[in-house]
Parts: sequence; structure tokens; C-alpha cells
Amino acid sequence: MARIDLVDLAHSYGGNDAAPESFALKPVTMTWRQGGAYALLGPSGCGKTTLLNVISGIITPSRGKILFDGVDITPLSTQKRNIAQVFQFPVIYDTMTVGQNLAFPLKNRGVPKAEIDKRVAEIGRLLDLEPYLHRKATRLTADAKQKISLGRGLVRSDVAAVLFDEPLTVIDPELKWQLRSKLKALHRELDLTMIYVTHDQTEALTFADTVVVMHDGRVVQSGTPAELFDKPAHTFVGYFIGSPGMNILPAEVRGREARIDGHVISLNRAYDNLPAGAKIEIGVRPEFVEAVAPAPGLLTAKIERIDDLGRIRFARTRLGDAKLAARAPSGFTSADGTAGLKLDPSHVHVYADSLLVEGAA
Amino acid sequence: MDKTVNQKAWFLVLPVFLVVAFSAVLPLMTVVNYSMQDTFGNNQFFWNGVGWFKELLDPSTDLGGRFLASLGRNLFFSLVILAIEVPLGIVVALSMPREGWTVAACLVILALPLLIPWNVVGTIWQIFGRPDIGLLGYALNAIGFDYNYVSNDVDAWVTVIVMDVWHWTSLVALLCYAGLKSIPEAYYQAAQIDGASRWAVFKAIQLPKMNRVLLIAVLLRFMDSFMIYTEPFVVTGGGPGNSTTFVSIELVKIALGQFDLGKAAALSLVYNLIILIVCWIFYTVMTNAGAERAVKEGAA
Repeated sequence: MARIDLVDLAHSYGGNDAAPESFALKPVTMTWRQGGAYALLGPSGCGKTTLLNVISGIITPSRGKILFDGVDITPLSTQKRNIAQVFQFPVIYDTMTVGQNLAFPLKNRGVPKAEIDKRVAEIGRLLDLEPYLHRKATRLTADAKQKISLGRGLVRSDVAAVLFDEPLTVIDPELKWQLRSKLKALHRELDLTMIYVTHDQTEALTFADTVVVMHDGRVVQSGTPAELFDKPAHTFVGYFIGSPGMNILPAEVRGREARIDGHVISLNRAYDNLPAGAKIEIGVRPEFVEAVAPAPGLLTAKIERIDDLGRIRFARTRLGDAKLAARAPSGFTSADGTAGLKLDPSHVHVYADSLLVEGAA
Repeated sequence: MDKTVNQKAWFLVLPVFLVVAFSAVLPLMTVVNYSMQDTFGNNQFFWNGVGWFKELLDPSTDLGGRFLASLGRNLFFSLVILAIEVPLGIVVALSMPREGWTVAACLVILALPLLIPWNVVGTIWQIFGRPDIGLLGYALNAIGFDYNYVSNDVDAWVTVIVMDVWHWTSLVALLCYAGLKSIPEAYYQAAQIDGASRWAVFKAIQLPKMNRVLLIAVLLRFMDSFMIYTEPFVVTGGGPGNSTTFVSIELVKIALGQFDLGKAAALSLVYNLIILIVCWIFYTVMTNAGAERAVKEGAA
């Protein structure tokens, strides 16, 4: 049980002298609350597994410190940290039974036999593994194996945090759902800090109360799922979260107006503080763009196709060189292949060099 | 629907049939034929039934005594070299680097003894061990060991065993190394997190993952050492006395030395049978282990 602080942490596989841009994990300072359920979300190769391995001690960071409850544990080996980690592919000790697998971490730490039996029985019950405790672990299904990997982490009573590295990759879709619910239930019951790495936004948004989005070795935003949706701090977050992702359009912004493709859109806030020379874009989620019949004063876009997702329809349109998705209300049809676009000004964000700019009220 | 009846396919099988007949079946039948007869000079043969086989298995006769003694020596030799080469191979494989240019260097060095022809290996050790001009023999005698593989039974055995270990441990090590390389990194990381000691990692992860290749290594080394001929023949010639005369050396002595084709044929058939049985046992064990694994994975 611990709060985890990362202080100025960075890692490069090429060593500390490597060029700053080549760092797999760019300097990051952040705090993981005790008892929080976190998801670390990002595309493959964005550094999320590196960050996880740094926390668990498999990798020693090139720079910076890791604090558990304020105590610097950076130089400690994995064995000495109270961390459990579940890997992408289930790790099972072939020759042992399920019970022996669960007992392994305790046995290695010299815990008395009676205590081991008690903990193994408890964790077995918690994970619904009781009927298998005396069976060989190799004969079980992938999800049961993954539960054993998880159980080996939970069996230690002193564990500070459980780290998951895309643990559901090899699990069948319907079992994925069950196992994820199980994880949430465990989280509530055991008051553990859990950090869950994934590239699947549904998994991240359903599991976590705080989602940390990584991109190109950087933590670009950390917040609740609602925050990530409503106010992406980085164009990447806007694009990566949501389906379809946020529309990002190059624009000229002056005061309370944005100019796109010759049209003027009014904004809710004033942006007089934009850095000079920066690449200015506006971002708006397709949910807040409505496709209507073309009319004067509206952006006019060419419709390429309309995707019917069942509950909602999205018009895929083209505006000059930019692509833009818009909500198509029921009954919307286009006579000539064009549509007028109505943007909800309260949900239009302005980005300078991909970073969100807060306008003045 | 009517199928076209066409017997031409037999002609396609014919070449293989002929090759197998002339290269395997006919020679084998010749041996079976010889094993039932006694031969004198001038190509005269006399029917002897299963006489030779009876003698082979009866230690009180000259033939049986020689066969069973050499068989015992051969089994002892195989067990000793397995007991040394398998653990040593595992240790070598475990201590090999896992990445970097040193991997290639280690592999090349390990492969070198495997590339040397048997009789060259024998010659190398024959000279290496000589007390008068050999580096090993001379050095041992210089520091006070009375080492002479030509006159001392124990020295001869030690030489032959060390030579085999030198020649073949690499094979076991390379096979084990391949087995080790196939273990995903996550297993080691998980073991680290579980606080496993080096020994626990070996017992819980490395050994179970290596057992398939180890079985193959044991099979290969057993068969090879059980059929060993060239190296001990070159080094000791089966001596001193008969102390390093293995079955194949005995066989050659009887067949070519004494020209007792009947006895030699019977011996080679029994020898062959033993090898086949051992192979079959290993094969069964291996396929059973494989089938069990397949069942497990099918269930997973």
C-alpha cells in the first residue's frame, strides 16, 4: 500500500548520453494515488511498457527517482520492491500445481508454511481458482492462467501496487469482459493501487478512474475518462480517444473567431495569447458537429460517405484538404453531396503546436 | 463414379523399391544368412541354426564372454559420459551470453570440436596424451602423475572419456542453449517479481523448458556413444588388454580379424536390435511427452 511518485523520471535504452529526442521515456513527474485504478493508454511503442517496467524495477531508469510513500526506491531490485506485475502472456511455472504457483512468491520470501496455506486458500477463493488448486497449472485455459499470474501478485500481503501489461491480449473477447469486471471487483475489495497498460481505449476507459495517455514517450494527459473526452490536452488525445476521433483542422484564430477555409466560426473564448509562429489548429469532436442542409454562413463540406453505427450516424466529409466527421441527424440526406456543418462553439478547442490553449472568458 | 484403374503408378515406386532392396534389405538378409552358418576358408559354409545366438548370450563361452564383457564396458562408458556431458552441457549453456557479439564467438568455439572428423579427434588425443611427446601426457608426468594410457587401464579409460567429453559436450550445450533461448523474457521478469533465487529460476523455469531438448540430447549422445568405434580404436586400439574394447571394436575384431563371419553376423544383429529397442523407448517417451503437451495445449 503506497503512494508512488515519479520525480523527473526518464529512460533511454541507448544510455543516459543519448539524444533527448531518442529517449523511450521522456522526463515525467507525476503521482499515483494509493488505491487508484489507473490506465496507461497509448499506441504501441509510446513508452508505456517502459514506464511500467521502470516502476516494477525490471528497468533501472537513466534519470530521475521513484518514491514509494516518499522513500526513494530507485536503486532497489525488483525482488525488494513490493510490486506485482502481470504480463501480456500468462507466465506459469509448468511443473507446479496452481496452488504451488500461488505459493511460489511466498516460499521464495521464506514465509512460514501455515501462513502460505492461509494466503493461497484466500487468494484461490478470491479468484475462483479453488477447484483447481491441486491441478497442474499447464492444463488450464489462458484466462485461468492469467488469473494465476495475477494471484501470484496478490498473494503477498505487502504488495504496494499491481501492474498490468496488456494482460487481456490472449483472452477470448467474452472472457475479457468477465476478467476485467473481476479486476474492478478486486480493486474495490483490496484497496490496491492498480496500473493497467493497454492500447485499447475501451479497456482503459472502463477499467480506470484515471487514464494516463502517453504519446511518443511523453505523458500527454492524465485525467478521468470524461476529462479526456471533453477537453483533450493534446491533439493526440483528441484523436486517439473517441471513435471516430476528434476533428483537427488547421485554422487561423484571432480573438473570438476562427477562420477555416475562408469561413468564420465564432468561439466561446478569446484567444489573444497565441504564441507567434506556432501551428494553430482547432479541434472539435464529431459529436459536436452537426451535418445539416447547406446554408449561407455555414461551413460547406463535400460528403464522402455516411457511416451508420446503428445508434448514431457519422457523415465523413471533406473540407478543402482536411477530413472532418460530423454527426448526421436522423432524416438527414444530402441532395447534392454537400452538407452545411454546424459547430457547437462551447466544444471547439484551440491547439497551438498540438497543445491545448485556454482562452480568456 | 468410375475410377480409372491405372497400374502405371507401380513403375514410379519401382526405383525406390530397388534402391532400398539393394542398399538395405539384401545386405541385411545376407547378414541374417551368415548368422545361421559357420564358415571355413575357401568359401565353405555349414548350417549352424541359432547356435551363435545361444553362444552370444551364454557368458561361459568365448564368444558370449567377449560380447557381454564389451557390452558391459560400453553401457558403463555411455552412462559415464552422459553423467558428465549432460550436466556440463547445461552449465555451459547457462553461462553463455544471451546477446551481443560474444554469442556468435561462443557458438563458433563450441561448434569447433563437432566439426573435427572422428579419426582426427582420436589422433589428436593419441598424440596429446603420449607421455613422451604429448603435451598432456608429458605435463602430467612432469608434475608427478604416473600417467600412461598405453599400459594403465584407468588412464586409458580416463583418456577415452575425457576425449568424448571434449568432443561432444558442445552438442549438449548447443541444444540446451537453443532451449534456453526459446524462453520468453517475461518468465524471467515474473520470477524476479516473485522473488525467485537463481536456483529457483533454474528449477521452476529453465529446466522444465529444456526437458524436450535434453531428451533429444540424451538420445543422441547415448546412441552415438553406444556405437563408438573410431576414437577409442585410434587412441587405445581397445587396450590395454581388452579394457577399452567396446562392442563395435569387438565386432570388427571377430569379423575382420578372425574372419568369423557367422559369429560376427549374429553379434551385429543383436547389437542392432539393442540399438533399435533403445531408440524405440526414447521415441515412445518423446512422442508421449509431445502428445501430452498437445492435449494440454488443445485444452488451453
